[in-house]
Amino acid sequence: MTALTLTNVNKSFGDVHVLKDINIEVEDGEFVVFVGPSGCGKSTLLRVIAGLEDATSGEVRIGNELVNTTPPSKRGIAMVFQSYALYPHLNVRKNMSLALKQEKQSKAVIEERVMKASRMLNLEDYLERYPSELSGGQRQRVAIGRAIVREPKLFLFDEPLSNLDAALRMNTRLEIANLHDTLAASMIYVTHDQTEAMTLADKIVVLRDGRVEQIGSPMELYNNPVNQFVAGFLGSPAMNFMPAAFIAEGDTRTLGVRPEDLRLDADGDLSAAVQHVEQLGGDTNVIAQMKGTQITARLFGQHAISQGETVKFGFSSERAFYFNQDGLRT
Amino acid sequence: MNKARTNPFNNIAMHGALILYTLIALFPVFVILINSFKTRKAIFREPLALPDADTFSMIGYQTVLKQGDFFLYFQNSLIVTVASLFFVLLFGAMAAFALAEYRFKGNTLMGLYLALGIMIPIRIGTVAILEMMVASGLVNTLWALILVYTAQGLPLAVFILCEFMRQVSDDLKNAARVDGLSEYAIFFQLVLPLVRPAMATVAVFNMIPIWNDLWFPLILAPAEEVKTLTLGSQVFIGQFVTDWNAVLSALSMAILPVLVLYVIFSRQLIRGLTSGAVK
Ligand SMILES: Nc1ncnc2c1ncn2[C@@H]1O[C@H](COP(=O)(O)OP(=O)(O)OP(=O)(O)O)[C@@H](O)[C@H]1O
Ligand SMILES: [Mg+2]
Repeated sequence: MTALTLTNVNKSFGDVHVLKDINIEVEDGEFVVFVGPSGCGKSTLLRVIAGLEDATSGEVRIGNELVNTTPPSKRGIAMVFQSYALYPHLNVRKNMSLALKQEKQSKAVIEERVMKASRMLNLEDYLERYPSELSGGQRQRVAIGRAIVREPKLFLFDEPLSNLDAALRMNTRLEIANLHDTLAASMIYVTHDQTEAMTLADKIVVLRDGRVEQIGSPMELYNNPVNQFVAGFLGSPAMNFMPAAFIAEGDTRTLGVRPEDLRLDADGDLSAAVQHVEQLGGDTNVIAQMKGTQITARLFGQHAISQGETVKFGFSSERAFYFNQDGLRT
Repeated sequence: MNKARTNPFNNIAMHGALILYTLIALFPVFVILINSFKTRKAIFREPLALPDADTFSMIGYQTVLKQGDFFLYFQNSLIVTVASLFFVLLFGAMAAFALAEYRFKGNTLMGLYLALGIMIPIRIGTVAILEMMVASGLVNTLWALILVYTAQGLPLAVFILCEFMRQVSDDLKNAARVDGLSEYAIFFQLVLPLVRPAMATVAVFNMIPIWNDLWFPLILAPAEEVKTLTLGSQVFIGQFVTDWNAVLSALSMAILPVLVLYVIFSRQLIRGLTSGAVK
């Protein structure tokens, strides 16, 4: 069964066409990540799915049911917001139980679900506290708990980690991954961070300017990007792009090579002047300049390379990507 | 803590300025209070002296309590003020919420129209208002005053509350929608508690002019049983003789309820509830 189907969804704010012909399917139990640069319409798409905005045209189906005109609370979804959006005048327990009270659930059910969720998220000691008395990470967990207690068919996360510091972000990321395993629920997760996308997703949807660029598993997108945008967006450090004429005279296409596919090679085609070397211990990132184009190489292990030196890089031809003038893969 | 705030010189200067201002502001109140407890002669001989055994007198308060229905006036003023504030806050908040929250045609125009009232004094329309009240039979009722004061207070209330409601995070309202709260529940249970400080500001701004107003009670409700306190006190001010003891006593007593209301509202002003809600 499919948890969510979007068919030709469009959304305009007045003259601004924000979402253009979106077609996406989410299978039951799948973890889908929407990723794309800032302002590409990820949040808007999520709000259309949640019912907080109406689609200008197109169909939104949740669990095979057409929900275009269903209010958010009746769609069987729960949403976690970037800014937590906890009710400031209610304590943690009441924050979590408000939705259930609105659904007229019995006291026993409410109590049981709140306890279950707070145990899952280690929030048992904080149930009587108010949001202002919690740390950022705790607030985020309460926000997630508020979603869990509703036992929704579909979870929606809008950049839930962007307000947390790096260490906490990693922990919470793991927690969300665990949660997905435990609950076996379908989840949609919005982020502009490609690491989050790669590590969490069963399926990634890459968006640009309100259009779906490519849909697929993280490794599919990584190994087989359909265009230059997707190739450059996924992977860190990002893929190197240079005129293909650098290695084959007269070729008008763009050549793309991932930093880890470059290796030091005295017979290599690419000779570049080293600008900067980042020694990470396990890896060494070499940033070099070649005929006005900056290229980054990620070399395994430690290398004694100094600034200003000229080095030669090589790569195997099956790891090279070519893109035509429109950015499409050829 | 930043340095500037703990600098002792700044601290002293700041407190000095505030204390000076407090003294200046409280001086008239103080003079009224002490003189209301003095004999008529003592008031004129030494207006700034504290009442002592010789000059102490409760004659003013006695006159006030004997003369006319002082408690009735009191009650009328209180009813008018509280009811007007209630309606200003209720309707003002509702209009502000609609303007701040919903996208509809003419939203901006509506906002400007409502704000226009801030610039046009309502007294310009006194004659028209009187005609309307006569036509609807509301002359000499407290409702006449309540309606006028509500109209008078609404523009500023809508303007201020609208600004504050725009600042309530969209995510918070959307979270409530996902949780199944109706728009009314979002308004009453979520937005109103969050803009409480703004509501208190509006209440304080509106309360004093309503309580002190002489104009509309005199024109719309001069009958004995609907007189407000300010109008009622006017009997002591004659063209040739003024019963200063009574006037000062009436004024002193009139300060009390305003003070109580102010304390209630100002507590809300200080309390910041929003911290920790978002981010
Ligand atoms: N209410 C609105 N009225 C008009 N334009 C809007 C409205 N909401 C969003 N937009 C526009 O839609 C586009 C997409 O916004 P959206 O918030 O979905 O971006 P996003 O992908 O979530 O970006 P970010 O990563 O920064 O959160 C933006 O260009 C924005 O200006
Ligand atoms: Mg967003």
